[in-house]
Amino acid sequence: MSHSASAAAGVRPVAAAHHITKRFGVTVALNDVSLTVDDGDIHALVGRNGAGKSTLVSILTGLVPPDSGTVEFGGEPAPPLADREAWRQRVACVYQKLTVIPSLSVAENLFLNRQGRGLISWGSLRRRARELLDAWEVDVDVQAPAERLTVEQRQLVEIARALSHGSRFIILDEPTAQLDGQAIERLFARMRSLRESGVTFLFISHHLDEVYEVCDTVTVMRDARHIVTSPVAELGKEALVTAMTGEATGLIDLGAGRPAPAPGAAPALTVTGLGIPGVFEDVSLTVAPGEIVGLAGAGGSGKMAVGESIVGLRRAARGTVEIGGTTPRPGSVQAALRAGLGFVPQDRHKEGLVPGLSIAENATLTVPERLGRFGLVGSRRRDELGAKAIGDLDIKAAGPEQPVSALSGGNQQKVVMARALAGDPKVLVLMQPTAGVDVKAKETLLGTAAAAAAGGAGVLIISDDLDDLRPCDRVTVLFKGAVVAQMPAGWADHELIAAMEGIRD
Amino acid sequence: MTETQTAMAAPARGRITAPRLARLRDLALVPAIIVIAIVGYFVNPVFLHWDNLVNVLQQQSEISLLVLAEALILICGRMDLSLESTFGLAPGIAAWLVLAPGVTHGVGWLSGAWSIPVTLAIGAVIGWINGLLIVRFRLNGFIVTLGMLIVLRGLLTGISGGKTFFNLPSSMVYLGNAVWLGLPASIWICLVLYALAIVVTGYTRWGRALYAIGGNTDAARAAGIRVDRVLWGTLVLASLLAALGGLLLTGRLASVAASQGNGAIFTVFAAAVIGGVSLNGGKGTIFGAFTGILLLYMIQNVLTLAGVPAQWIGALNGAIILIALIISRITSGQAQE
Repeated sequence: MSHSASAAAGVRPVAAAHHITKRFGVTVALNDVSLTVDDGDIHALVGRNGAGKSTLVSILTGLVPPDSGTVEFGGEPAPPLADREAWRQRVACVYQKLTVIPSLSVAENLFLNRQGRGLISWGSLRRRARELLDAWEVDVDVQAPAERLTVEQRQLVEIARALSHGSRFIILDEPTAQLDGQAIERLFARMRSLRESGVTFLFISHHLDEVYEVCDTVTVMRDARHIVTSPVAELGKEALVTAMTGEATGLIDLGAGRPAPAPGAAPALTVTGLGIPGVFEDVSLTVAPGEIVGLAGAGGSGKMAVGESIVGLRRAARGTVEIGGTTPRPGSVQAALRAGLGFVPQDRHKEGLVPGLSIAENATLTVPERLGRFGLVGSRRRDELGAKAIGDLDIKAAGPEQPVSALSGGNQQKVVMARALAGDPKVLVLMQPTAGVDVKAKETLLGTAAAAAAGGAGVLIISDDLDDLRPCDRVTVLFKGAVVAQMPAGWADHELIAAMEGIRD
Repeated sequence: MTETQTAMAAPARGRITAPRLARLRDLALVPAIIVIAIVGYFVNPVFLHWDNLVNVLQQQSEISLLVLAEALILICGRMDLSLESTFGLAPGIAAWLVLAPGVTHGVGWLSGAWSIPVTLAIGAVIGWINGLLIVRFRLNGFIVTLGMLIVLRGLLTGISGGKTFFNLPSSMVYLGNAVWLGLPASIWICLVLYALAIVVTGYTRWGRALYAIGGNTDAARAAGIRVDRVLWGTLVLASLLAALGGLLLTGRLASVAASQGNGAIFTVFAAAVIGGVSLNGGKGTIFGAFTGILLLYMIQNVLTLAGVPAQWIGALNGAIILIALIISRITSGQAQE
């Protein structure tokens, strides 16, 4: 890529952090970390959850002062923390969480708190917004309220807003986590073209493939330390994973060694002719006990709606779902759980966890009958089950009483998984089970799913992450609401992606 | 640079064609107000007489200032229950300070000329205390203002001995009684303040900051808005408006009852929500809030003209609020959060 070109020009770094150390109480979040981002680079910052990436971003954006060390922009010391405007002119971060005001228009969001002196002229504000978005080729209606934007559009609006402050250094915090394949490609295309216009990116991602696809340089952090910075082309995937995990393990083949499902056994899950008009049509699949089946598809394929219809979060208009030989009432999560289902919902923040409650409480929310009789909840029994979950799933926590809000994303996801398993389900439905978690947590989560299958459960993994689908015995591919392919284990990446994107040869 | 960008893949989704619903939502209650006007006319033709309309406007002018105050706070995503007590206490303290001891519980420390400045100052101080507790000490706004509601009500009962202040100085009753250009002064004050608030919330940086804070506080802070200062200022302004509203009512009735404003906060919240102001913050307009309180008072007036016995007005009021909520839910098509 063009890294070599920009390096040859001898550019000065657009941003640099020197020997940053930051402690929060007893925890060392950053330990003597240095990072230099060259002008015109797309610089990847990778590391497992808790490696210190977010703290480094907070320091680079001036939200948190370092305990020691310095930050420079373009060779000059960073402005004082209180001078937000000066920081905004030097660096901007597009976060995963919303940083627009949902009820206000795109135009107003772009020029929030800098609408001009005196009475606001909405006409000219809209015109300025349109000029700004046109200049950066962002095709969004400036009068639409921000809440109606897609994630992709919102990111583009936030990037344009950052550029309008004069910043030419933009931090993207896991921008691809909520995008589908095509949107990710469009984002990458835009990043490349903005790089040609002189914009520098610091790109944070869990997906190593993306690092290789779009980045010039990669910096790896682990356990609050800087491990390595290298041109992407010079760091192999194996070496990158080793740098991240500190040990030489790649994603092992979790499917191997699992006993084959008994032939002729009654299926654990049978889905027949399931459909919601306009979302998906006539989806049928079966999962045998001990089998892992994948349901793949790009964003908008309807795969999540299929999953939600199976577990009862949505109600399908047509078709039946049979769990372990019984047909639970459609649209009822409770009935599905009683029939022997366990599931991991798509969004752990929205449907998965009660953040203020403890690990033990969250892990056992669905199985109150195991905790005590007559509707009473035995806290000792609950904490035992919580402690077991912590052990089984290798959750990094102080104990079962710790609130889940204090856990990192990967460990939170493990709590959701623990809950799905709490009732010893006959059928396990996992929706994007490894979204936003690091390599190590991913391995644990998928390993747990494989273990559940080995124990006789039928597992359905619904995801567009190829790593999630690797342990599957077969994968059903959905495209625009219809089943387009069935792939036995051993598929090649490009075959599966082609099927998910609806490309047929 | 433009060429490289033009060469890029265009987003698959086209422009969102957003119907300008926001504007229409402001006017959602206007049809309801027209319907009530027509119904009122058939119930009793007096309803549409000029004098009666002025009467309705004047009756709602005092409480409409409370609605204005509450709407500003709701837009910021906060709430203030204590406004109804401020509504009574601010003029109450002024009356207590200027009235000579004797018939009522006055202390007579100040001359009558001080009554208006004292009323407004008391309002500002109450708002400042609310701000101190909510913004500075980060206490829960609902509970803080609930506590303030009780404390302030108790203070008024305490200083007045539970009795009514009357025989007030002329400066104190002037605003509630005066007629300017053929209309009661309180109507002018109400309309001018609403007009001002509509301009401020729609067209100034400070006003838009209220929406930004109510919509997403973190994003507002990230945009450089001084969130705490704006919130604190809004709380002070709201209590000031409540004190002024109380002063207008005091003037019209030429007295301050110990119960002045008691229970008004429920009508205030109802009017704001009926008018489209979200309890979650960031949504709604001042004009909408005005149509909300106007609608409630028009309906009450129609009921009175229809000869509904006074004992039943309370129950009907509650029912009206619920029906008005349902109507505005239907006409706006928006879930009320």
